[in-house]
Amino acid sequence: MANLSLKNICKEYPNGFKAVKDFNLEIADQEFIIFVGPSGCGKSTTLRMIAGLEDISSGEFKIDDVLMNDVEPKDRDIAMVFQNYALYPHMTVYDNMAFGLKLRKTPKDQIDKMVRDAAKILDLEKLLDRKPRALSGGQRQRVAMGRAIVRNPKVFLMDEPLSNLDAKLRVQMRTEISKLHKRLGATIIYVTHDQTEAMTLGTRIVVMKDGVIQQVDSPQNLYNEPCNLFVAGFIGSPQMNFIDAKCCKEGEEVYLDAAGAKIPLPKNKAKKLTDGGYIGKSVIAGIRPEDVTEGKVTDPENQAAIKGKINVYELLGADVCLYFEMGSNQMTAKVSSQTKARQGDVIDFVLDVNKLHVFDKETEKTITN
Amino acid sequence: MKSLEKSKKRRTIGIYAFFAIGSIIMIFPFVWMFLTSFKTVAESMQIPPDILPKSWSLDSFKDALNSLPFAALYKNTILLIFWRVVCAVVFSSMAGYAFAKLKFKGKELLFGIVLVQMMLPSQIFIIPQYQMLAKVGLTNTVFALVFPGIVSAFGTFFLRQAYMGIPDEISEAAYLDGCNQWQTFTKVMVPLTTSSMSALAIFTAVFAYGDLMWPLIANTDLNMMTLSSGLATLRGQFSTNFPVLMAGSLLAMIPMIILYLIFQKQLIEGVAMTGGK
Repeated sequence: MANLSLKNICKEYPNGFKAVKDFNLEIADQEFIIFVGPSGCGKSTTLRMIAGLEDISSGEFKIDDVLMNDVEPKDRDIAMVFQNYALYPHMTVYDNMAFGLKLRKTPKDQIDKMVRDAAKILDLEKLLDRKPRALSGGQRQRVAMGRAIVRNPKVFLMDEPLSNLDAKLRVQMRTEISKLHKRLGATIIYVTHDQTEAMTLGTRIVVMKDGVIQQVDSPQNLYNEPCNLFVAGFIGSPQMNFIDAKCCKEGEEVYLDAAGAKIPLPKNKAKKLTDGGYIGKSVIAGIRPEDVTEGKVTDPENQAAIKGKINVYELLGADVCLYFEMGSNQMTAKVSSQTKARQGDVIDFVLDVNKLHVFDKETEKTITN
Repeated sequence: MKSLEKSKKRRTIGIYAFFAIGSIIMIFPFVWMFLTSFKTVAESMQIPPDILPKSWSLDSFKDALNSLPFAALYKNTILLIFWRVVCAVVFSSMAGYAFAKLKFKGKELLFGIVLVQMMLPSQIFIIPQYQMLAKVGLTNTVFALVFPGIVSAFGTFFLRQAYMGIPDEISEAAYLDGCNQWQTFTKVMVPLTTSSMSALAIFTAVFAYGDLMWPLIANTDLNMMTLSSGLATLRGQFSTNFPVLMAGSLLAMIPMIILYLIFQKQLIEGVAMTGGK
């Protein structure tokens, strides 16, 4: 497998549009890297530059320390799984999988063995004689995977491979891909806009916005310590609550004044705000819906009380999302489905201030992480 | 329910009647040609006309076969159709692929020029094309017959649309699998456009078979004429022997009927595809 190095990668189109700006990333062997971000953030463009399907406008892209900028796609030893599978409709499943090997003039008996081995891994043995049109979405997806793994390439690229599948199949294929990664020990770069896929599959996640990397980190760290407002809002569902607040100090106590509610801050966060000169300034506080619970404050040092009228009650199964307003901020609380709260009720909520994130209002960067 | 069924039935009968009348109108000239070819000259000219010949005479067929070198006409027509079809499919496929999938400077302008050629009536090219051939002494040859159809603006446009319908990911997958540009074209793209190519081949064959003006101008030697231009020589300036002309026409239809019987499925698919996609 392979190490990849992307240094100062930029993509600028002839009309002057910059799709990717100064992209820097080192990918270690056997890593499962996820590119995630909203539509048009440059994640697919970056993947296509790695594949060689798009020219790199500037910067250096290396695989195992060999510069790849001007190397033809076929000579990069990369396999790609496309969103719409891109199977050859006129070929059988077997021929689809064998095509790349035939072009590389692999001996016939070896091709046969490799195709059948890959088919066995992906449970495609009974489908080898079928044409793609006679397959279901999930089967086509597996053939596309098979076509990629049969060549045993250095790097696998996957461009939203599950987005055309229904929800159930998507979950099933997600675990299949995860198993496949462990089994093959492959370096995989996976593009998605689905954060569940990103969180469950990736060893590291690259969050992108407007062609710029926002944060590269493990799924856990991205969730717990987002580096800015965008990442905090993008990762997590329902998304993090954001509250306009003012940083105040009374004696030794530092707290946030948010729509009339007083939110005390733990010592470490208070120190960061004080040291950063935020006292008296407006900031944005962020808290995840699962850190907003129903009830009264029992530990005033670590909790803050707020009141809200429930606008929407949304049952998710095991959990319930309660939507309420706090001043001008729309808030969400994710609570147990055992709750008795219903639409129209005015109830007390508790914020876990240790889980609170505070962001600079101008730069949108985190202050407290 | 019953009234709904009745009105449905009435509508169905109406539709069938409409198409039956349409079919009769369409088929009538062929039936008339068939019947006239067995009549005498006097019978074919009489007013009011008789529908059936008084006696089923094969003389017109004998006269047609004697007055025209049918073997040469068949050969020339088959060669004309063959080369026109081969050239149209091969060159239009390559040009269509280039216009649909390759990136190069001036692509839009060049394609615009191709489209302009489609918009101009083909008759305005006849004189320059004839002069070109006459200057190099290639009139009265099979090449002269094929010459204007070597490249086809319609074919280029038609196959460009077919290639544009193939997602880019398929060619990209081929590149990543190890194909170069030519292999992507021949091994992946061409097999995916075979139905469009068959449709183009059929249209080209039908057009080449029916082409009259160019073969009449390019080849004046009777032995180098096609069926359509050969038959035209049976029409006199002052009088025409209709039974002989009809018998000749009937004989000339044979290759097209055979072609139709072989490619009936593709022809219908091709026409359906041009309307439906």
